Amino acid sequence: MARYRPEGLEDTFADNPADTTTTVPAADDASRTSHAPDEQERPVAVPTIGFVGWLRWMWRQLTSMRVALLLLMLLAVAAVPGAMFPQRAQDEAKVATYLLDHPTSGPWLDRLGFFDVYASVWFSAIYILLFVSLVGCILPRTKVHFSAMRGRPPRTPRRFTRFPAQGGGSSADDPEALVRAAEKVLRRPWLPLWPRYRTDVRDEGGGAWSVSAERGYLRETGNLLFHLALVGLLVSVATGQLLHYRAQAIVIQGEGFANAKVAYDTFEQGTAFDPSSLDPFTLQLDDFESSFDPTTLNPRDFTAHVTLTEPGGEPAKKTIKVNHPLDAGGAKVYLTGNGYAPDVEIKDAAGNDAGGGPTPFIPQNNVYTSRGVIKAPDVTGGQDQIGIVGYLLPTAQQVDDTTWQSIYPQPGNPMLVLTVWHGDLGLDTGVPQNVYELDESKMTQSVDEDGKPVTLYVKMGETVDLPDGLGTLTFKALPRYVALDLRHDPALLYVLVFALLAFVGLATSLFAPRRRIWVRAAPGREAGDGRTVVTAAGLARGDDVGLQPELDRILAALPLEPPAEPAADTSTTSTPTSTQETP
Amino acid sequence: MNTGDLSTLLVWAAATSFTIALIAYTVDMARIAEQAQKRTRAAVPAMAGASSGPVSAAAGSADEAAPDRSHRAEGIARSTHLLGVALLFGGIVLRGIAAGRWPTANMYEFTLVGVFMATLVLAIVQRRRAIPFISVVVLGLAVLFLATALLKFYVQAEAVQPALQSYWLVLHVGVAISATGIFTVAFAAAVLQVLRDGRENDHSHLVAPWSRGDGMRRALSGWAVTGPRFAWLEQVPDARRLEAMSFRLNAVGFVLWTFTLIAGAIWAEHAWGRYWGWDPKEIGTFVAWVVYAAYLHARTTRGWSGRRAAYFVFVGYACVLANFTVINLFVTGKHSYSGL
Repeated sequence: MARYRPEGLEDTFADNPADTTTTVPAADDASRTSHAPDEQERPVAVPTIGFVGWLRWMWRQLTSMRVALLLLMLLAVAAVPGAMFPQRAQDEAKVATYLLDHPTSGPWLDRLGFFDVYASVWFSAIYILLFVSLVGCILPRTKVHFSAMRGRPPRTPRRFTRFPAQGGGSSADDPEALVRAAEKVLRRPWLPLWPRYRTDVRDEGGGAWSVSAERGYLRETGNLLFHLALVGLLVSVATGQLLHYRAQAIVIQGEGFANAKVAYDTFEQGTAFDPSSLDPFTLQLDDFESSFDPTTLNPRDFTAHVTLTEPGGEPAKKTIKVNHPLDAGGAKVYLTGNGYAPDVEIKDAAGNDAGGGPTPFIPQNNVYTSRGVIKAPDVTGGQDQIGIVGYLLPTAQQVDDTTWQSIYPQPGNPMLVLTVWHGDLGLDTGVPQNVYELDESKMTQSVDEDGKPVTLYVKMGETVDLPDGLGTLTFKALPRYVALDLRHDPALLYVLVFALLAFVGLATSLFAPRRRIWVRAAPGREAGDGRTVVTAAGLARGDDVGLQPELDRILAALPLEPPAEPAADTSTTSTPTSTQETP
Repeated sequence: MNTGDLSTLLVWAAATSFTIALIAYTVDMARIAEQAQKRTRAAVPAMAGASSGPVSAAAGSADEAAPDRSHRAEGIARSTHLLGVALLFGGIVLRGIAAGRWPTANMYEFTLVGVFMATLVLAIVQRRRAIPFISVVVLGLAVLFLATALLKFYVQAEAVQPALQSYWLVLHVGVAISATGIFTVAFAAAVLQVLRDGRENDHSHLVAPWSRGDGMRRALSGWAVTGPRFAWLEQVPDARRLEAMSFRLNAVGFVLWTFTLIAGAIWAEHAWGRYWGWDPKEIGTFVAWVVYAAYLHARTTRGWSGRRAAYFVFVGYACVLANFTVINLFVTGKHSYSGL
């Protein structure tokens, strides 16, 4: 039988002489060293092994248990900085702040990849080596395992003394009948048509018969399944990375968008994804509902009511909630944020529409005090463009003469608190601008006689005059908006399947007992007394509290009397172990 | 008094009960230590010529019910321990009723359920024969965490935010906390295993002189695991059995932890639109998972099984605790649900 074993794997189960015909423990030790020489001995052989030998040596090192262990610990250590330093993938802005705050160490950390740990060279190197090591170890083991499953259970060893579980007795029946009876007990099905043990009955000569039995091939199967499923998981995740896309859109109540790259605020895709393959559905936000706990003001529910129109299909009413994404055109649509988009109309000094419309404001706290910028570029006749920066208070309450605050996240008494700028908005330069920020470089703020910025307080439905005779502003309505994330990942199902396979494999490999049991029946030593002496032994992989009870159960099913001689076995047989198996 | 207050009262009662159990187990342990010390003094001269050493003789006797244990202390310890588990269970159920949902949504509730799982698993492990040392470690941690929960983590019982309104709150969080509870008992068994192993092999770092700071060693030398203070170690099951116990618990814990990772990924896919995003909590869980995976590998690696493998349990449990405390309280991420 092929006896592949990764370097350094300690396994009394496989080490046992039962695997071979040898029964002398010393010979077993010798064979073990020849298969897996100790670390200390190897360097002596190095000068003579040559280039191929070196490669083989390196490969054996990489696939050894010790290196796997080292790589696992390295992986754990290498993953930690990702929780300590801000990461580009999660929050680019935080990284920028960190770099500003740490002008000396920051750039070095950046060069070493500490702000993008999971895409860094060192992190990738560790997990790729780990997976190479895993494959190099698992594939040969799979081969060995297949041949073990097809082969006969290991031959009954001559002596049982060194096994952890033992038992025996004597009987008047003849040896072959006893061994056949034992085989029948061992083969009793676990599931219908699935024998508990694989057995092999042998005539050992001299009237002695024995049965060797083995169960728990599932344990190694589970172990291999777990490791192979991890490889599958890695491949699926990588495939998903290549083929996925993720898009974000802000949708104001009453408006909608079509699923095309240009319609999104951000669009990120895998290298193998073709944007022209986007399914051109349209989605419109009809209404948005939210509810809050009246005392703690914590959110309780968010529901977006949308109309989805698939190409060639009828418009359908749908809802999107947190934890309940919407399936649309092979992608999932997630509700990731919400807020208010005050609908403001700005007229310039000539009375013409200069800009405005519903503008998303970003919530700053749990009462939805929201900040936003309204830009009015379409002024007529060479007037200054108007930029307005300010806050929305959904339920405004006056604190003192000049201070208002929001006391509830729902729009009970909406009010805009605004300051006004005029000049050049800088929209015509062609450089994309952040819609939530005002470029103040070419603008002047309107101030009063004391030089303080003019603050406008506008309630819903009111129209106010802008300072410096710039025009008027009307707060017309307060629609809601939602932030939606679209994500498409065709590998999702495979990721799930491989993760579940890994889980099943892991549980099987840890909890399925692997046992070998041997029963031998031989004519008694005193010739002519007609008694048959039965001895039995058991071996398990790892510590197995259920082994001795199982052996006792098998012996109890045979027509035996307790051994006549004061056997040392009785004490082990009566150890206070219950019928409980390994948990 | 409303249901929420009643729940808090029950949790206080459970903490008190566990404290009494902790004291009783400590007394029990002290009694065993005292008896063992006396016996070692008496046994060593008598067995000087015997082929088997005192350690192996004592190991054999550990299987029998130790005749000189404090039965009263053990009885008090066992009954108050079980009472504490029952009271805590009542407290958790009432908390769930008061909030109108499954009670695993903030730091206070995480701690209650985690302590409940740890003390329950402890009761199951100790059902046949109590090993006071393991109880002292686990109940010590339990009392510490319950007190911290009541004094520092407490928040009013209320409904949860939309992101937590999912049946995964029961599966993902419930299983994660259960795994933490099981890892706690396994950790205590591993600590005892290392101590016992040191005594069995007559191995202590406090015996041979240190090259630096030897004064400290001399000050601590009374605490050498080979010294008379640790004579009680001869009364506990041998290191191999403790290793087996620790492994069985860690294996269950590891499978549950794996489930936590997978369930968390499925939930994250539903709630956040990605199954894995290297959120601080995800990193913490992943690191702990990898360390426990390394532990399982170490057990089967030649030269790393036994005592060395137990060190992996220490590191793994430290990761689990850090993931629960440091990440929940001091790091902001998508898992910031501590309610504090």
